Amino acid sequence: MILRLAWSSLRRHSTRTLLAMLGVAVATAMLLDMVMMSSGLRESFRELLLSRGFQLRLAPRGTLPFDTDATIENASGIIARLRTNPDVGTISPVLGATIHVPVNGRVVTSSSLGVDPRVQGDYELLSGKDPMAADEIVVNDDFIRETGAKVGDTIEVSTGYNPQLRTYSGTRRLVITGRARFIYGASNQLATAMQISTLQEMGGQSRRDDASLFMIKVRDDARVESVREWAEREIPDVSALSIETALAQVDQRLSYFRQLALILGTVSLFVGFLLVTTLVTVSVNERVGEITVMRALGVSRAHVVQQIVIEGVAITLAGAIAGLGLGLITARYLNAILADFPGLPVAIDFFLFQPRAAWTALGLLTLSGIAAGIYPSFRAASLPIATTLREEAIA
Amino acid sequence: MTWGEAVVAARDLARDYQFGEERVHALRGVTFEIGEGEYVAIVGPSGCGKSTLLNLIGAIDKPTSGHVEIRGQAADRMSDRDATAFRLTNVGFVFQRFYLLPTLTARENVELPMAEAGMKAADRAQRARELLAYVGLAHRERHRPSQLSGGEQQRVAIARALSNNPALLLADEPTGELDARTGAEIISLFGKLNADGTTIVVVTHDEELASSAGRKIHMRDGVIVDP
Repeated sequence: MILRLAWSSLRRHSTRTLLAMLGVAVATAMLLDMVMMSSGLRESFRELLLSRGFQLRLAPRGTLPFDTDATIENASGIIARLRTNPDVGTISPVLGATIHVPVNGRVVTSSSLGVDPRVQGDYELLSGKDPMAADEIVVNDDFIRETGAKVGDTIEVSTGYNPQLRTYSGTRRLVITGRARFIYGASNQLATAMQISTLQEMGGQSRRDDASLFMIKVRDDARVESVREWAEREIPDVSALSIETALAQVDQRLSYFRQLALILGTVSLFVGFLLVTTLVTVSVNERVGEITVMRALGVSRAHVVQQIVIEGVAITLAGAIAGLGLGLITARYLNAILADFPGLPVAIDFFLFQPRAAWTALGLLTLSGIAAGIYPSFRAASLPIATTLREEAIA
Repeated sequence: MTWGEAVVAARDLARDYQFGEERVHALRGVTFEIGEGEYVAIVGPSGCGKSTLLNLIGAIDKPTSGHVEIRGQAADRMSDRDATAFRLTNVGFVFQRFYLLPTLTARENVELPMAEAGMKAADRAQRARELLAYVGLAHRERHRPSQLSGGEQQRVAIARALSNNPALLLADEPTGELDARTGAEIISLFGKLNADGTTIVVVTHDEELASSAGRKIHMRDGVIVDP
């Protein structure tokens, strides 16, 4: 009967109830998006770093991977040193560079990665084959769109541009063997990959044995943190980053987003709470006579409170469920906008849906719905029956 | 009849209200008893304390001083929780303005006190139908209050008041909002209820209703007076 009464009370002013639910839905959508953003960016980054199974990255000392143009010298020596540790599994050296390709009288500039195609973790081949020979290259769709080249074409690739002499340190004719999606590539970024030895040679004598980064898979039974500490200790030229240390760096850099999400999430939760409290209070004020009569007939204070709290929770839950859907839609839209955020890999999701985020939002809103119903319900249930009936009769 | 055996026994009941600086003495020491099966009308001019007295003997208000017992239980000493539980099963209320819940049907309104008392849904539906039939509204059980006339609403309110088979039926101006013909139907229904054994106390200005009662208690300025 309590449920029946709560339901009928909500239906009594269906338009008002619907509007309140929509208000809660909007607040929920915002809350969900903020919860998704506060943890999603980090989780998305974590998934991205782990997507190819490399748990450890060695970058030039004091830098993050590809944060600067700095390189690590004596790459072959470092690989040999790493091989002495039995816990180290796969080692994937990467050299980053800018390449220039003449196309119909203009020069197209692109980023390029020198990799070992057998163990690389930087791109996914979409079609064609890996650059297994020294004169082969794979490119992404942005590169193809910009240059008009296609798989099978031979292109002239230069690197190491000297602006004073207007010369390049090296030029090669390379055959495009495949289309690739670059995992860490930013939106609209032109990207290519070739053998690391090719890019090293094109870089000239000074870069003949350089690498920008080493990505390492640790053996299954080994502790990543132990290997990280060992690498930092044994190889003075590098900073070793595990997923966790990388995420700590990310946390530091993205604390602005998290704080923003926390503030906006709290505001939306509070707005939802105030909305439901206002609606339930208005509804209760309109029904003071009925509630007092129920009390006079013997309906307990607890049941009156329950009925009104149920009304608050019902509005909140219905609004919250609609809001979850709305939140997912807006998150997708916002994600599409933020995908162009400069310097971040396109694969990063600002708003990553996690069931825990939805449950968190739903739980917080349910609590706020209960809290929203408590004040008006206690007020209604505590009215002095005789006095209220007399005042109602006079009114 | 001796103290303690009556359905209602009031002794030196007084009730004061504080309105700002002013203290109003609504009841000034009222003593009376109402026996099992009695039909009592409390009459008197407006503001004489009739409704205040009804509230006290219905356990929805507490006296400033004095004692009131209903079926031997001290209503003036009950906690709010005990008084609520007591009203649910021992007292039925009928109000001038009916106060049916507008979102419930006639039958659901009658079922409400039974549901609160924990009666099973099927049992209370059956009893609600019987009570609606008793007050002549068997055909209106699915109607909402807005679809019923004033007299019909009051009859539903009476059926609701009887739902938990109370020892005492209290009515505050039950014909106050009704026209003469409909009021007469309600008076007739009260007569029928009393004839069937229900103890009734009505507060009224309606001479016809008061005359239908077996006993009248006249009040003036918060005290019981001789007619």
